[in-house]
Amino acid sequence: MILGRRAFLASVGAATTGLALGLYREAEAGRTAPVPVATARMNDFIQIGTDGQVTIVCHRSEMGQGIRSSLPVLIADELGADHTKIKVVQGDGDPKYGDQNTDGSTSIRNFFDLMRTIGAGAREMLIASAAAEWHVPAARLVAHDDAVHDPKTKKSLSFAQLVLGAAGLPPPRSPKLRPLAELAHLGTDLPLRDGPAYVQGTAKYAADIIVPGMLVAVIARPPANLGKVGTLDATRARAMPGVRAVVTLPVPVAPLASQPLGGVAVIADHTWAALRGRAALDLQWDAGPNGTYDSTAYTQALLAAVRAPGEVIRKVGDVDAALASAATRVEAEYVVPHLVHAPMEPMAALARVDKDRCEVWACTQDPQDAREAVAAALKIPKENVTIHVTFLGGGFGRKSIPDFCVEAALLAREVKAPVRVQWTREDEIQHAYYHTHSAQTLAAGLDAAGNVVAWRQRAAYPSIGATFKDGVTHPSGGELGQGLTDLPLAIPNVRFETGAAPQHVRIGWMRSVNNVQQAFAVQSFIDELAHATRRDMRDMLLRVLGPARKVDERELGVDKVSNYGAKLADHPIDVARYHRVIERVTELAQWDKQRAAGRALGLAVHRSFLSYIGVVASAVKTPTGWAIDEAWVVGDAGIVVNAERVRSQLEGAVIFAMSSALHGQITMKAGAVEQRNFHDYRLVRMPAAPRAIHVELIKSDAKPGGIGEPGVPPVAPAIANAAFALTGVRLRTFPMQPI
Amino acid sequence: MSVKLVVNGAPHDVDADPDMPLLWVLRDLLKLTGTKYGCGEALCGACTVHLDGHAVRACVTPLRRAAGKAVTTIEGLAPDGDHPLQKAWVELGVPQCGFCQAGQIMSAAVLLAANPTPTDADIDRAMAGNLCRCGTYVRIRAAIKLAAKP
Repeated sequence: MILGRRAFLASVGAATTGLALGLYREAEAGRTAPVPVATARMNDFIQIGTDGQVTIVCHRSEMGQGIRSSLPVLIADELGADHTKIKVVQGDGDPKYGDQNTDGSTSIRNFFDLMRTIGAGAREMLIASAAAEWHVPAARLVAHDDAVHDPKTKKSLSFAQLVLGAAGLPPPRSPKLRPLAELAHLGTDLPLRDGPAYVQGTAKYAADIIVPGMLVAVIARPPANLGKVGTLDATRARAMPGVRAVVTLPVPVAPLASQPLGGVAVIADHTWAALRGRAALDLQWDAGPNGTYDSTAYTQALLAAVRAPGEVIRKVGDVDAALASAATRVEAEYVVPHLVHAPMEPMAALARVDKDRCEVWACTQDPQDAREAVAAALKIPKENVTIHVTFLGGGFGRKSIPDFCVEAALLAREVKAPVRVQWTREDEIQHAYYHTHSAQTLAAGLDAAGNVVAWRQRAAYPSIGATFKDGVTHPSGGELGQGLTDLPLAIPNVRFETGAAPQHVRIGWMRSVNNVQQAFAVQSFIDELAHATRRDMRDMLLRVLGPARKVDERELGVDKVSNYGAKLADHPIDVARYHRVIERVTELAQWDKQRAAGRALGLAVHRSFLSYIGVVASAVKTPTGWAIDEAWVVGDAGIVVNAERVRSQLEGAVIFAMSSALHGQITMKAGAVEQRNFHDYRLVRMPAAPRAIHVELIKSDAKPGGIGEPGVPPVAPAIANAAFALTGVRLRTFPMQPI
Repeated sequence: MSVKLVVNGAPHDVDADPDMPLLWVLRDLLKLTGTKYGCGEALCGACTVHLDGHAVRACVTPLRRAAGKAVTTIEGLAPDGDHPLQKAWVELGVPQCGFCQAGQIMSAAVLLAANPTPTDADIDRAMAGNLCRCGTYVRIRAAIKLAAKP
């Protein structure tokens, strides 16, 4: 049945028949009277209007990876909609969308088939509606360009004409996906959907949301974890112009998980008044059980842990015997300090509480977790909590933890007004969920011919698990599977061990997580082995990885490899794919020719989040030391959706990882973070950015891998290897260029 | 007390403490949220605006310094958001998270106004105060050069 406007209005009146219809009115340009437009919900992700407007929900948070420019286009292609005309709306936190934790580089790899199914289901409903109208078999109809077409009769019906009939049909149980070749935009360079909003200042981040009557809060938090307010005199703070309230927040209990740290909130008419009020608090802290934590002393404890045998997590052959009888033995220690995310947008959340309901606007990577955390803190049903996801000014893992959303909700309830909690840069740097602090020792034995016959690696670092559970002292399988237990090694005797590392500060996820230190140690050490045996790093790397093959748990010498949650059958550890990125990136960088001409190049390769990335960095001398002037990156991420945003992620990963490798270091004294702002937590600035970052993607029909994080891990070792080639000094710790 | 200033061509009479940083005047009082808070200490450039045509960090610029002057924010850089830099930024896909980009563009606009054909070294110098954590620097350089083309 095709509906004209009049008939359609009648059908809306009969919406109780089960049609999932939402009706709204809007004036069309050039008409004086408002024209009714109906929007039919095809499923949780797709709505189509009787004006032809296709609206697609993006359920993953946009934090710079370009997901809003990618996933909705995949849905549109599968549906047969013109992606340049779609509207994208950001999904609130709701389990109906499935997993929304925008973390772990999962938005494409875990949703590629699922989002296609969503598009295909709606397409089949539209086709069924056309088939019924034309009395022809659905099988011969096709959908593209916002319409269903009958190739035999050459007739077409637009989605606008079909939608009301289609929306009433039962959704297909297992819609048939198009062949990949029919997804016209797959793997192409797609337009940056939010580009104009970004450059015009109209994109709304968390702190840009304004509601009537709102107040702004800043919070003084205890310097050490589990510390609490000792003495407080808020007289001066309350007297500051614009200050409305001073509120002491609840003291958290271990394990901290995503609880706010407590402290004292100053709530005011605007941000500046709140900041001045906070500065005027007369406040003494009770340092609590972590008040003696000293990260410099802790480095020594970590080193002591990895200089002794630990828990064996991976074993093949007899490493001790092979090391003892080796012709050459090489050993090295690597240390990576705590690092912090430092997204350009510090955390912010706006909350409005009305009796037993709460509405939050936040730059969250995980709106469902935020919803549960807010509901638990307010002791209200989670169905009563709405989490709106704003643009994120960077996330890098920090904004997957909803502590800041809970703070806003607690304060809004307390002062009976909407409250925006604004984190300052100092708050962000001093109250993070830090990248873990690690030490590793590696020992290798080589025979007289220069073959590596033994590899022993020990690692100690506090686990993220300890943030959520007391008493955790060793990394989890998932953490070790980020470059240790999943590392292909064509070496007959291998043993990996972990040492104990109790946690004293909140450890969290930071872009590529434990791959950072694990790839740094492994890829630097292989370069050390190359130099020890006067070999080319590329040759040594290929030799250590061994011949093209798929590596299983038996070969690795582990019970189970976590493989980023994917089955090895779907995402094998494929050495041929390592080879391909190594070969291509060294070709692009003209590895042999440029090195022969005296250029200091460093190479590293790493597989993480199911993608393979090879990096070559070039180091040059400067008047004050050395710098990275050029980088080449080759990625094999399997099938990609939006090649342009994949390249931009890999370009950005070089700079992000450079900041960590060259300058990254968070230290704690007496449980408190010593760094404060960008003067003492340095990031790479424009003058230090390479002249060029060349990125190339390997064409692949493998299942999609991750892309947000995998660019990061190989960068630091490529830099260290290039710096060694330039200076002859081996850099085994971050920061390589301390302040 | 009240301070008179012109923001994006419109006169304003702001009733606020003259010590209040221009950033918070713009964001919290005038509801112009395109200018971002990133550090509060003139270290990141996210809050860069123009004061009588000069780039300033609004987070450390007291309201009194803007008295009687013309302030331009990203919202007022070009009437239709079509400044050559804005167009070049979109064309080359510069932004990732986008948060720092208003400040980047405001710094670049002052550079181009003074130096229509900047070299890499000129760009590095003019843009050194603007941080980008996503790491879009290489594309920013390219976009400034694209916008500079006659």
